[in-house]
Amino acid sequence: MDVVLLSRLQFALTIMFHYLFPPLTIGLGVFLVYLQARYLRTGDPQYNAATRFWVRIFALNFAVGTASGIVMEFQFGTNWAAYSRYVGDVFGAPLAAEGIVAFFLESVFLALLLFGWDRVSPRVHFFSTVMVALGSILSALWIVVALSWQQTPAGFVLREVETPAGTAWRAEVTDFWSVVFNPSALDRLVHVLLGALVLAAFFVMSVSAAYLIRGVHTAFARKCFLPALVLGAAASLAVTVSGHSQGQIVARYQPAKLAALEGVFETKDTGTPMMIFGIPDAGAKTVRYRVSIPGLLSLLAYGDASRPVAGLDQFEPDVPPVALSFLSFRIMVGLGVYFIALTLYGLWCWHRGTLFGKRWLLRVFVVSVVGPFAANHLGWVAAEVGRQPWIVYNLLRTGDGVSGGLAASQVLGSIVMFGLVYALLFALWLYLLLEKIRKGPEPVR
Amino acid sequence: MDLNLLWFVLLGALLAGYAVLDGFDLGVGILHLTARTDTERRLRINSIGPLWDGNEVWLITFGGAMFAAFPAAYATVFSGFYTAFMLLLLALIFRAVSIEFRSKRDAPSWRRLWDGSFSGASLLATFLFGCAAGNVQIGIPVDAAGVFTGSFLSLLRPYPVLAGVLAVAVALTHGALYLNLKMEGEPQLRVRRWIWRGYGLSLACLLAAALALQAARPQAARNFAGRPWAWAVVALLALALANIPRAVRRSRPLVAFLCSSAAIAALVFLFAFSLFPNLVISSISPEYNLTMVNAASSPKTLGIMAVIALVGMPLVIAYTAVVYWVFRGKTRLTEHSY
Repeated sequence: MDVVLLSRLQFALTIMFHYLFPPLTIGLGVFLVYLQARYLRTGDPQYNAATRFWVRIFALNFAVGTASGIVMEFQFGTNWAAYSRYVGDVFGAPLAAEGIVAFFLESVFLALLLFGWDRVSPRVHFFSTVMVALGSILSALWIVVALSWQQTPAGFVLREVETPAGTAWRAEVTDFWSVVFNPSALDRLVHVLLGALVLAAFFVMSVSAAYLIRGVHTAFARKCFLPALVLGAAASLAVTVSGHSQGQIVARYQPAKLAALEGVFETKDTGTPMMIFGIPDAGAKTVRYRVSIPGLLSLLAYGDASRPVAGLDQFEPDVPPVALSFLSFRIMVGLGVYFIALTLYGLWCWHRGTLFGKRWLLRVFVVSVVGPFAANHLGWVAAEVGRQPWIVYNLLRTGDGVSGGLAASQVLGSIVMFGLVYALLFALWLYLLLEKIRKGPEPVR
Repeated sequence: MDLNLLWFVLLGALLAGYAVLDGFDLGVGILHLTARTDTERRLRINSIGPLWDGNEVWLITFGGAMFAAFPAAYATVFSGFYTAFMLLLLALIFRAVSIEFRSKRDAPSWRRLWDGSFSGASLLATFLFGCAAGNVQIGIPVDAAGVFTGSFLSLLRPYPVLAGVLAVAVALTHGALYLNLKMEGEPQLRVRRWIWRGYGLSLACLLAAALALQAARPQAARNFAGRPWAWAVVALLALALANIPRAVRRSRPLVAFLCSSAAIAALVFLFAFSLFPNLVISSISPEYNLTMVNAASSPKTLGIMAVIALVGMPLVIAYTAVVYWVFRGKTRLTEHSY
């Protein structure tokens, strides 16, 4: 096992653990703002109890999220030092901005949100909730700007600089706004934020449905379930639209990635089909067991069903792993369709007045919370794996970005450490979460 | 405007901010097991409960700013100190979750577990910070490509280990002075004892470290030549340190804490001053030093970052001050406390 593969494994492990938490933090933050606004407007004590309940879950989630987040910022330096030297001029700025603009905002105002109930007025407390939610959204903005720059780099030039070891090439900023508003940044940000809202909606619905099935905290559960359902439906629909928009950006700026995500091995001279399902076989350069719709990929990518999509044959040898890209992408989309179907059906039943009577449906909502967790992760797997072998698309290969002077044993050691620690933290997070849910909100007289 | 100098100074300011603010969180952690009852432990944790997370962001911002302004130095230090950084992450993770998890169950065994974790993690993190600073100060084997050619064990030499102990002593004292401000009655009296112990240990370590630094790297003081104004900082350090016992005895806990804060800021200044204009000193050859010039990002990036920092940080300081003010006074346990 070499340092490159181990470092990639470590990054994947640490980011996939970390990413369990920020989307829920972002989405729940927005939901908390909603609940508290409703309380200030209506004075209904149920909304106050709801805020106080969800804020405790928010706090638990925030803690593990930030603890695992520091690991990510440090890891660019520890394992990807060559990458850091090469792109630091461009990539470092959004990360620093994330700290100054976002992390401080959410972490400092968190103090008032969690502990300031009796020390500040309700209005100031609400302001703090808004600041925490805003801070988490801004942190998503800056990190997505940075990660999108890796996918669709812009606003930079390559320059030779003097180092003690001789000259070296590095990327340097020429236009900061082009860096920030690089081609995929805005779409990706919208998509990530919507994915967070879908997760929070499903999370709230899951907990509320569980209460309704048990027949406890029913007034609370209804007051939470319904707005979450509306949010879930709206966000699920919107995230699909945003996903399509992102797909068109990928088609334009990252054709190799599109080919891998869609399992297009060979460039033909006619319109390319969209594969609803299949198992790619990179060795045989084909997709087995495929179910496809002719011309659909060309239509979605270019708006022209007869324009061929470039196949992986045009990008050899710099092609991403096809099976992982293809399957993660497809499962994510499939889950997205499921979210739309479930939430629309839920809305329909609510309209007919049959929603809370259908126990089987409530049970489906309880378990479906796993879906958005999976979808959020699969989307990033598709994005990151689909970008390979590049760490900055068409600029720097992943293998060339790893730190020099690292021994494989060091990285193996840290992987084992993170594996053990994160397994423990996951178990504890889950346990404490379920305990909080079991205890439920304070009763309202 | 010398942007490289500006960023050297800003990085120093961020590091000083982190040391002063998370310094007392870590100090409270180091002292945690000296509290005897569950209530006393809860009081201590809740004295930092609302504030520690925001304080820790100074470290994250320092790291991000180092990445943005001096990426070559960020790359060399973080990858060079690989094992140390992994241990640091381990410590920071456990410090964070210990605070959050501790109060979630009533069982004494659960609470003792997280008390130990909180304290051990705070101690480890503080020691590693000091050790890292000590290593950077006397030079590390870095080759022409900026790659560290030593080992983790080679970082545990006398001066850095002493610097680590100094960091622990200073943080412990700082944390005790903070608790002196926030506690009352019996808990405050218990903490007072640790102020004296920490203070004595800090002075001893400081003296030893100054001598050891002179031996390990005589050039560390060379920046004083031609910059006599820097002696004012040494004077400030001495005055601040001298005033601490006076303020404590006169029951002016805020003054004592502020003096400790000033002393820490002065120490960070002197640390940076001993490096200037280097960020990383190579013990292999001075030609391989990473300086604020050769390790820096382009002027354009430094300029953009300067705007973000000079607009953003005053705002951060302002709202941070407001939140600290909201939580002024002695720590009281409420239904929202940990």
